[in-house]
Amino acid sequence: MLAVSNLTMRFGGLTAVDKLSFEARAGEVTAVIGPNGAGKTTVFNCVTGFYRPSSGGIALTHPGGARFALEKMPGHRIASRAKVARTFQNIRLFAGMTVLENLLVAQHNRLMAATGFGVVALLGLGSYRAAERAGVEKARHWLERIGLIDRANDVASALPYGAQRRLEIARAMCIDPVMLCLDEPAAGLNPRESEALNQLLLSIRADGCSLLLIEHDMGVVMRISDHIVVLDHGRKISDGTPEQVRADPAVIAAYLGEGDDDE
Amino acid sequence: MFVTRLAPVRPDVFARPVRTEGVEALAYALQQLINGVTLGMIYGLIAVGYTMVYGIIGMINFAHGDIFMVGAFLSLISLLGLASLGITAVPLALALTLLFAAGLAALYGWTVERVAYRPLRGSFRLAPLISAIGMSIVLQNFVQVGQGARVKPMNALLPGGIELMNEGDFAVQLSWMQIAIVATTLIVLTAFTWLVTRTPLGRSMRACEQDLKMAGLLGIDTDRTISLTFVIGAALAAVAGLLFLLYYGVIDFFIGFLAGVKAFTAAVLGGIGSLPGAVLGGLLIGLIEVFWSAYFSVEYKDVAAFAVLILVLIFRPSGILGRAEVEKV
Amino acid sequence: MRAALRDAFLSAAIALGLFAPLVGLVLDNGDQGLVLRGRPIAAAVLVAMVFFGRLGMHLWADRPGKEARAVKRGLVVPTGANRFLAPALLAFAVLLPLTGSRYYVDLGTLVLTYVMLGWGLNIVVGLAGLLDLGYVAFYAVGAYSYALLAETFGLGFWTCLPLAGILAAFWGVLLGFPVLRLRGDYLAIVTLAFGEIIRVVLINWVAVTHGPNGITDIPRPTLFGLRFSMDGGEGTVAGFFDIEPETIQRVVFLYYLILALALLTNWVTIRLRRMPLGRAWEALREDEIACRSLGIDVTNTKLTAFAIGAMFGGFAGAFFATRQAFISPESFTFIESATVLAIVVLGGLGSQLGVALAALVMVGGLEMLRDLLSTLGEQMGSELFSGLAGDLPTYRMLIFGLALVVMMVLRPRGLVSGRTPTAVL
Repeated sequence: MLAVSNLTMRFGGLTAVDKLSFEARAGEVTAVIGPNGAGKTTVFNCVTGFYRPSSGGIALTHPGGARFALEKMPGHRIASRAKVARTFQNIRLFAGMTVLENLLVAQHNRLMAATGFGVVALLGLGSYRAAERAGVEKARHWLERIGLIDRANDVASALPYGAQRRLEIARAMCIDPVMLCLDEPAAGLNPRESEALNQLLLSIRADGCSLLLIEHDMGVVMRISDHIVVLDHGRKISDGTPEQVRADPAVIAAYLGEGDDDE
Repeated sequence: MFVTRLAPVRPDVFARPVRTEGVEALAYALQQLINGVTLGMIYGLIAVGYTMVYGIIGMINFAHGDIFMVGAFLSLISLLGLASLGITAVPLALALTLLFAAGLAALYGWTVERVAYRPLRGSFRLAPLISAIGMSIVLQNFVQVGQGARVKPMNALLPGGIELMNEGDFAVQLSWMQIAIVATTLIVLTAFTWLVTRTPLGRSMRACEQDLKMAGLLGIDTDRTISLTFVIGAALAAVAGLLFLLYYGVIDFFIGFLAGVKAFTAAVLGGIGSLPGAVLGGLLIGLIEVFWSAYFSVEYKDVAAFAVLILVLIFRPSGILGRAEVEKV
Repeated sequence: MRAALRDAFLSAAIALGLFAPLVGLVLDNGDQGLVLRGRPIAAAVLVAMVFFGRLGMHLWADRPGKEARAVKRGLVVPTGANRFLAPALLAFAVLLPLTGSRYYVDLGTLVLTYVMLGWGLNIVVGLAGLLDLGYVAFYAVGAYSYALLAETFGLGFWTCLPLAGILAAFWGVLLGFPVLRLRGDYLAIVTLAFGEIIRVVLINWVAVTHGPNGITDIPRPTLFGLRFSMDGGEGTVAGFFDIEPETIQRVVFLYYLILALALLTNWVTIRLRRMPLGRAWEALREDEIACRSLGIDVTNTKLTAFAIGAMFGGFAGAFFATRQAFISPESFTFIESATVLAIVVLGGLGSQLGVALAALVMVGGLEMLRDLLSTLGEQMGSELFSGLAGDLPTYRMLIFGLALVVMMVLRPRGLVSGRTPTAVL
């Protein structure tokens, strides 16, 4: 599905990611973990097109067989064409807009095409009304799934923290991604919210969307990941199933050796 | 309603020689070089204020050009006031004026930050920009209402100069005024560099520039540091205002607009956030403006400066000495 | 109380430092060069105002029951006001010419021009969150496009109106394309510079623009091919309807023309807001990075806002040219951009009704105040009133500037800040 090969990212003199290669298989939850400063977020930003890697390749293959070289694509195309969606560590909702509007903005490209570049729909012609209805239906579907249906018309910033996280995930899912990238989705959640999040992520996987996540919360990682990649100082030190990684001496050394700067 | 008065160009500066060949052309170019460096020093002084504020709080202080204008007015008032008090010794009068204008302009800078920017920290993105525009309009019209819209001319304080070269009917002049401007700028910038690199205040300023939040956590009084940044920037702009007044001999309430945009261009060209970059950018903009006026057209000299701004932003937004900004996601 | 007094004294001391040299001393242009004149009373009055203002602020802030009220302040002006106020304003605008007063119709036309400019700029600043400080440039492009097309090719107003809009939009794209990729602040300064470039070019490119003298005899618009002419003959409005030709007919026609153009701007904006494009603009204003992560082409989306805003500026410019029948670079200074921006900001970024109200108060209100003062001055032979009337334009800009700052500090989301959702479930 996603094949990262020899990915290197330098900022000035600092090499944040050094010749990293790993794979994320279709229909699985792949987690990237590692101590602070290991380069997780950098990898993530490269995959989702926010950074342009210094060298190396990131290839995405759709279930239909279409292939995309993500390292060469502009950021917004990665979402619109390659269908890779993402969330942010510090939630980035459209704070002043309503919950429903947040989900409609996410369907921008499809709805925009239905408006005939604005002009047709401006005059009230064309198939835009139907497209808009479908968009609202899709939003309703996701609102029901994340349990926010009765808050659809509230301003997004008025939601409690956990609900904002779920909304951000629902918003990302509204672009119909083949792969959803989550940047520390469990950060700041209480155990109950964290459990609800796990269920949501597993149900998304069950729908056939692959997941790539960065996480600090080992509970979440171990419970829902199919495959874990461990980074330290920009290099891969371990790669395998949760059980394999847990037993890997290199991982233990990296975490314990770094003291408690993880968490 | 408002006829914009561009800063008048002293005709002799741009008088082209009849023949522009050989030594004469060289002399002409040398003269432009001298004029360009002088003007560039003034822009550099203003640009430092832009770049410092941008470096620390990441905003464009639109009112900075108008602080420069206020500085020029304060200088003119001080010079006239000193003359009426009987202090006519030029060096003394200039030194006192420098202190007076820099001190009061600093007070203006402090007030602007306190009133219009500080309450907006953490407000939405456009708020400080709009507030800054508002402050710029306020200062301009405040001076217009208070001092009248007519241009304020002044007799040359330091007439004459050194004739470096005399080729045919073209003489290369290095006026006392130009020497004074360059010397003042260098002294002020040296003092400023010392302040930023060698003092505790400079250290906290640099810390705030790196990471405002972290600096605050480490016990640096960030509000105070930001205030001082505005104060220092305004004082430098006032020095530039005094030098501008001496150089052109005429000011009005509108000079801050053009000088401000040009100095901002200088800051961007040099790499916004970089102090040496601001001075370098100022020199370049001064040279571009003067050479453009001398060889192409005086009418479009402001267009040339703006065109440079747009070109820099397209091709190298981080400027000559600036670091490329990495987006934090 | 003690702290309040101390703070007030401190503020007054600072005010003394600020105002003593620049207000207390005036540089007078005398016959022998500059003369320094003292004006201590004016400075003292300002310092006293700061002192008592500051004291009053403290007393106001410390008044009992403040806590309870602080919660209320967070509330916005109820959006229900929209429901009654907007139709009432519209009815007022439609019925205004029935007064038959040339003065009110002219003033109304002026106000509506600013309403239209405000609504146009609102798309750029209010919805998309792009600070455009050179909006007047597009106004100028529209005005000069019409004037030059009419002069060179003899084209009429109705042919040129769309062309003026398209040309302005084209310039918007040309300017926006390189700059919109960059941080928002750069856009502000580049648009500022662009406004200035256009003006300098208009002044100096004498061969085409006639320089500072401007373009005269710009043709007036026609009503379905009928001219508004005083001769009342064949092919004129008066001749066709068989009525006495009067100037007021053209004035009223121009009034309804700008009303229609402004309403068109409003209609398009309201429609677009409820469509994906408009939603994307608002989303961009809220968070650009999130937009990018959702596959929205940020640069193109900004560009559409910029171009559409510019287009309406161009329309307004063409109207301005045909109304005045004369344009010169002096009509297109930064002051105009600042005025329109002040209207948009005071109206509450993004609020259509707010922009209309702000234009009404800030352009119409101040204009009426000035006329009132000058009439009073003439009738009573009072120097004071006529002097005030003459100074008002200068004070107007001072007020605009202060209003921008005060609005941002106290109510950054504007006076009418209730945002209507674009879709409800």
